[in-house]
Amino acid sequence: MILLFYLSSGLFLGWSLGANDAANVFGTAVGSRMIRFKTAAIVAAIFVVIGSVVQGAGANLTLGKLGSVSTVAAAFTVALSAALTVYWMTRLGLPVSTSQAIVGAILGWNLYTGNPTDIHILIKIVSTWVSGPVLGGLFAITLFFLIRKLNRKTKIHLLYRDAIIRMSLLLVGAFGAYSLGANNIANVMGVFTTALKLPPIDMGFFVLNGTQQLFFLGGIAIAVGIITYSKHVMETVGETILPLTPEAAIVVVLSQAMVLFIFSSQALSNALQSVGLPPIPLVPVSSSQIVIGSIIGIGLYKGGKEIKYNVLGSISLGWLATPIVAGVVTFFLLFFVNNVFQQDVGKQPVNKTTAEVTIDSVHNASPTVKDTTYSLQTGTSQQTGINNRPHHTLYGWWISGLLLLIIAILFYLLKRKKDKIEVMEKRNAQLEKKYQLEMENLQKSFTEKLNHQEDLNKELKFRQNEMVTMAMSIIRKNEFLSKLKEEIVKIKMVAQDNGLRHKLNNLSLMISRDLSLDRDRERFQMHISEQNSNFILRLTESYPSLTDNEKRLVSLLRLNLSSKEIASILNISPKSVEMNRYRLRKKLKVDPKVSLTDFIRNF
Amino acid sequence: MSLLFKNVKELIYEIDGFIDTVEEGILVFREGVTNYLNDEKKSFAEKIERIHHLETSADKLQRSIDDKFYRHSILPQNVSDIEGMLDQLDEIIDISKDNLYQFDDELPYFPKELIPDYIHLVETSTEAALSVMPATRVFFREPTKVRDMLNKVYFYEKETDRVARNVKRALFHDFPDLKLSQKIHLRYFALHIEIISDKAEVLADTLSIMAHKMSI
Repeated sequence: MILLFYLSSGLFLGWSLGANDAANVFGTAVGSRMIRFKTAAIVAAIFVVIGSVVQGAGANLTLGKLGSVSTVAAAFTVALSAALTVYWMTRLGLPVSTSQAIVGAILGWNLYTGNPTDIHILIKIVSTWVSGPVLGGLFAITLFFLIRKLNRKTKIHLLYRDAIIRMSLLLVGAFGAYSLGANNIANVMGVFTTALKLPPIDMGFFVLNGTQQLFFLGGIAIAVGIITYSKHVMETVGETILPLTPEAAIVVVLSQAMVLFIFSSQALSNALQSVGLPPIPLVPVSSSQIVIGSIIGIGLYKGGKEIKYNVLGSISLGWLATPIVAGVVTFFLLFFVNNVFQQDVGKQPVNKTTAEVTIDSVHNASPTVKDTTYSLQTGTSQQTGINNRPHHTLYGWWISGLLLLIIAILFYLLKRKKDKIEVMEKRNAQLEKKYQLEMENLQKSFTEKLNHQEDLNKELKFRQNEMVTMAMSIIRKNEFLSKLKEEIVKIKMVAQDNGLRHKLNNLSLMISRDLSLDRDRERFQMHISEQNSNFILRLTESYPSLTDNEKRLVSLLRLNLSSKEIASILNISPKSVEMNRYRLRKKLKVDPKVSLTDFIRNF
Repeated sequence: MSLLFKNVKELIYEIDGFIDTVEEGILVFREGVTNYLNDEKKSFAEKIERIHHLETSADKLQRSIDDKFYRHSILPQNVSDIEGMLDQLDEIIDISKDNLYQFDDELPYFPKELIPDYIHLVETSTEAALSVMPATRVFFREPTKVRDMLNKVYFYEKETDRVARNVKRALFHDFPDLKLSQKIHLRYFALHIEIISDKAEVLADTLSIMAHKMSI
């Protein structure tokens, strides 16, 4: 039970790794609905455990060289610090890597206990932080180029291509999960392997040694993290740096899996050595960093226009902040565990305590003195812990203070950048909303105006038609009356009876009177004046010398009536109308090339 | 995984079947209109029945395709585009059927002099629709080649516009003996035939955009 308690921090770290990093393997496939979360989670969980148990030892060896955390309490604290750092930075929405958190935590332990840090190992690890993403990018460029070429050359049906992509995503995802387990299990359980020695278990077909048992437990923790908490991350991944197509997702996951595999495969490293090449550093690398490297590789291959470089800036800051934060958190937690709970958190090998010297002297006959001392530290640390307190130098506190300051500055910078982005996003959203609202209002008022204009046009057309109809009826009536008058005159000429001639004469006079004093015409002219009042007003403003008759003529021309029709309405001869038109043209100074009617209608 | 491939195979078979049905529907429409214009009543009645069956079967296939796409989450990123394209294909056969039924219901009278013009119009319009079919098939196999195949559609669509305008002009200019109501009636039938090519043009535009999207 106490064992499980000590392991709980590592298991928590494993859980958070599963929750976050599984998205690097299956995120795009699940986010784009190519693979269901359930399938992805099961495959990832199985392969991550296999990878952890089968191939996890390589990277663990290097991590052990950086700092061999020698007591269970220290291992618990180191893993807890890394886990808290990951959790805290994730909560703040900052990019974080478990690999860097654990390295920072081990360095914090080295600093607290006064254990020397192997600079060569540290450089080796840090160099993989750079070479990992770079290698990922190079792999991605090559694979993307090959896939595109293959796509262009083959004539596979779109739906078969989709099925092949799905299958590839699943296979590549399984390989990615295996490599993730193989490479990153050292982050989760590595710190416990020195402090906790478990007896081997014979499984019949194979034997699980102590380290493998720890890795199996860590693998299970990662699997639980994948199943319980990675869904949301998977569904939102893929759009942060560059939107990914399913083909690009295959490339990214495969590149990531290859890099993780390379940095964790002892067999590959040995093979390279056997042909005279330098060995591969077996180091836990950040899967997120490799994914970012791979996505940038694809972005660069496409011309680099789509890459959101501002995200890269904040990610880089996060990479720097993670180990520092983890280191400082570890330092303070170790101090707390060591002084409050009186737990042994490891000792300085150089300044051995009295107890150790005694034990060393008891066993001085043995050829494996160092080993005996080591087993005592791990096995009976709780009894000797109080005496094993490390010596804190002023120098250590100064470094811690400085680191704290750096962290504070880094966090301030990150937070400010994040706030700035948030403010800008908010402002953009507000502006967009405002713009949309304004557009909607404008569109609405434009539609209203258009409708109004249309109504007005309809009304105008209706009125014009009404006037034209009225004009036409007057014309027809006048024509009829003129014809009637002519006929009466003809009958009067041949009539012998004086009484009849007199009556015909009266009738002719009556018609003439009606023609000159036509009430319909008057009503029509009134109507015309009323309808064209605005137009006449505008015309009078521009041409004040126009007479009433000319204004009347303009109104009739505006109705597109011919001279003959106007003559009938005004009861004048067509020739007079022509003359009036001529005069009007002169007064209005109309260009000889332009028709008078067009000029008036367009005025 | 084999289940996935089996579903995909069935879906491909159904999509091909759907395109074939629409294509056949267009051909039946062409033949049906020609039969009506040539007063071949029996053949026309057969065409009416056939286009009805083809349209029903196209609808069934489309529903099944829709169902398979969503149930098995096939091509999730392009499914809405593809569904839109299949809708537009279905619209062509729907309109063809409706138009042929309109001939049957309204029994428009065509003067003999106008019959060759109307036959030419229906041939050009359906040619535009038939030209878009190979592009639809190629889209699923070689999207990059779609654009090359659409020029024919645009050509026939413009040609249909020209022929339709000539027919309408002839109707109102050269046939003083026809009643205005008859002229308007025949103009509507010119529009009914013309709309097939317009729908083909819309489908061609959609295909062109989709092919471009796929190539990015």
